[in-house]
Amino acid sequence: MAKTLPKTDVVIVGVGWAGGIIASELTKAGLNVVGLERGKERKTEDYFMVHDELRYALRYELMQDLSKETITFRSNEKIRALPMRQYGSFLLGDNLGGSGVHWNGQTYRFLPYDFQIRSKTIERYGKNKIPPEMTIRDWGITYEELEPYFDKFEKMAGISGEENPLGGKRSNPYPTPPMKKSPPMQMFVDAAQKLNLHPYILPSANLSENYTNPDGVARAACQYCGYCERFGCEYGAKADPVVTVIPVANKTGKFQIRTHSNVRRILHKGGKATGVMYIDVTTGEEIIQPADIVVVTSYVFNNVRLLLTSELGAPYDPSTGRGVIGANYAYQVIKGSALGFFEDKQFNTFAGAGALGVSIDDYNGDNFDHSNLNFIHGGVIALTQTGARPIQNNPVPQGTATWGKEFKKQSLHYATRTLSVGVQGSSMAYKHHYIDLDPTYKDAFGDPLMRITFDFEDQDREMAKFLAERCADIMKEMGADNVEYMKELGPYEITMYQSTHNTGGVIMGAEPGTSAVNNYSQMWDAENVFVVGASSFPQNAGYNPTGTVGALAYRAAEGILKYREKGGMLV
Amino acid sequence: MVRNNSNEMVAEKPAEGSEPEQQSTGEQAGSALSSDITSDTDVRESAGVHDRSRRKFLVNSGYVLGTLAVGGALSTLFGCANDNEGNKQEEAAPADDNKETAAPNYNRALMYFTPAQFRIVDSATERIFPEDDLGPGASKLGVAFFIDHQLAGDWGFNGRDYMQPPFYAGEKTQGYQGRLKRREIFDIGLREMENYSMTKYSKGFAALEAEQQDEVLKAFESDEAKLTTITASTFFKMLRSATIEGVYSDPLYGGNNNMDGWRMRNYPGAQMSYANVIDKDFTKMEPTSLQAHMGS
Repeated sequence: MAKTLPKTDVVIVGVGWAGGIIASELTKAGLNVVGLERGKERKTEDYFMVHDELRYALRYELMQDLSKETITFRSNEKIRALPMRQYGSFLLGDNLGGSGVHWNGQTYRFLPYDFQIRSKTIERYGKNKIPPEMTIRDWGITYEELEPYFDKFEKMAGISGEENPLGGKRSNPYPTPPMKKSPPMQMFVDAAQKLNLHPYILPSANLSENYTNPDGVARAACQYCGYCERFGCEYGAKADPVVTVIPVANKTGKFQIRTHSNVRRILHKGGKATGVMYIDVTTGEEIIQPADIVVVTSYVFNNVRLLLTSELGAPYDPSTGRGVIGANYAYQVIKGSALGFFEDKQFNTFAGAGALGVSIDDYNGDNFDHSNLNFIHGGVIALTQTGARPIQNNPVPQGTATWGKEFKKQSLHYATRTLSVGVQGSSMAYKHHYIDLDPTYKDAFGDPLMRITFDFEDQDREMAKFLAERCADIMKEMGADNVEYMKELGPYEITMYQSTHNTGGVIMGAEPGTSAVNNYSQMWDAENVFVVGASSFPQNAGYNPTGTVGALAYRAAEGILKYREKGGMLV
Repeated sequence: MVRNNSNEMVAEKPAEGSEPEQQSTGEQAGSALSSDITSDTDVRESAGVHDRSRRKFLVNSGYVLGTLAVGGALSTLFGCANDNEGNKQEEAAPADDNKETAAPNYNRALMYFTPAQFRIVDSATERIFPEDDLGPGASKLGVAFFIDHQLAGDWGFNGRDYMQPPFYAGEKTQGYQGRLKRREIFDIGLREMENYSMTKYSKGFAALEAEQQDEVLKAFESDEAKLTTITASTFFKMLRSATIEGVYSDPLYGGNNNMDGWRMRNYPGAQMSYANVIDKDFTKMEPTSLQAHMGS
């Protein structure tokens, strides 16, 4: 028999970026908030020994324990989905701060085109530009409407950057100046300018200088130590929820974080949630936390899973295209990059920061003409210098043996003589790409795992090829002696790390029926449930998602406060 | 049935959102064949050394020296090429004022492998990352000890992997779907390498010439060696990526002896800050390890 606790105003499921932001905004406004976090507590002192590539990058110290919970995957409906038994394609975060702890800190704003992709594509190229099975949608909100929330997120996190010449209009400059420019970054800038492109320093959540944010949280500048992605920051220089929003919420005295609390069900009655049921994983006890408002802010997969296992919202049915929960799963097309080998130059490739780099958006969104191209959208192209740690970075020219004398010689030689220009390709939604409950495999509690049905499409293959060629153009202009770039995208595989930018499943839109939440992340089917995160992206843009997730979280927080006052649907 | 364990190669894949595939994996293994590789020399050099350490070990452990007194596990233990390298590391380490004599490296003992397995791993990893004029190979770097220690823990037991049934053979894109744990795959793989060597050359793997060892490894890499329980290339990939991990992980794990793996490629290890060099041209720095952080 489950123990029932006293009711709270708001219960938050998962305390990462979205949960932390919402907790801080709501508690500042005086609401009582309980944050349920399945993992353990985290703090900056935990990262005393963080410069350990094996432990953090290869053994996944900060990631979800797959022995307890994973996902299953199949390329299409004809084959049997099987569990992702080991990490590969993406890395699921765990513990307080979630994936917001192990991110790189690359903090872009999606382009205005991204939010109105369907209507703008039709407007410029006609209806036939969008294949019938491609289910891309407008978000039900524009860039201009979301701009103040981007601004808020950037000020809170102290984003360091300079204006993107091809980006949406900004109300304010970045709160801190751009990061330092390394020699490879300067080479990229020079080459891009020669090619009449529009380079700008990558917007970074690794602070370029000491910064105190509007909440009074002071953080130190980045030391360019080269251990960001897959690692926590021992300086607190990389913005993460634990060093920014969570302490602000804690300070109000209105926020109660319960770690080791794994939420298994949203409880609901007559189209409204009454609270959640969770397990105290240290005792195995079932606990019910009643609440007026339920905010779901775990990672994409668990946002979707919690709704499906709780039977809240209409599950997506790919055969009819009806239902929404689990629809529009999208990812990122990341493999179209170019590698440059330099014989006469050596670089400090070991140094860097997760968000140190230079970008161009000339081939992103609809910033270039797609009339004669067999794809829409594109991606941001960037040279990043994130710290080439030695186990994972052994670039050698094609044709080099993969082991033995030759491999050793070449990999040692090129360790400091290789640069890369990479791309984050956008990922469109398709009728047959979705996530649902796996019929066979279960987690440690006996709940079904999420099942991903996804593969790359012609759109992705064409786009990746095009972007790889553009990356190669820049790398050649940078003066590399030998440039290699991707020629064929190949199938999507779960085994190779690509990006932890999974999106969709609880998508945002202008009306119920084709979307699950409105532009305040409020569920159409349950007005006191807000589902916040990249799960609400109708398709994925050609950027890292966190900046946009942050903006959506600030908007959701505003919506929750409005709902608290007036009730009802906010849109 | 283990299949398509391509996940083990993930270790070589690039960082998020930033780098393309940096590890070219073209099937060019044939070109790696080389006749002037040094590890057979290593074995000869070490042959003289291990007699000394065997004597020392036996004295220390109270065994009576004699031709018949030592058998079984002990007699095979000292076939390994570099059992004394750990001591060398101590000598090469930065001077410690309080140190009068070099202490032995107590990390250099086995948690999982049998001595026979250890010798195979030690010689195979040396072929994967051989000693040359650029610096030490896997053997001197302690890679076999690293792998031994890793197999003894979580990683060897697949402690954080999803190992629930049912098990089905999947598509290549779906990754490893076997029920065997890494330590079991190593047991099988090493036994099969030994069998293959015996069948083809009438000698155990560790006793083969370097070129012969390369041939065996190539047969595994290409699946020319047909195994029943696992695919040979699955094991080879695991062995290769574990070798790279042992070469370049922090010395705290037992490999990368004296940080020489890092030194060879100008990787400065666990530095606290590069703020002073990030906007500068290439800067050579003496590496530092996590141990240095303990004192700070």
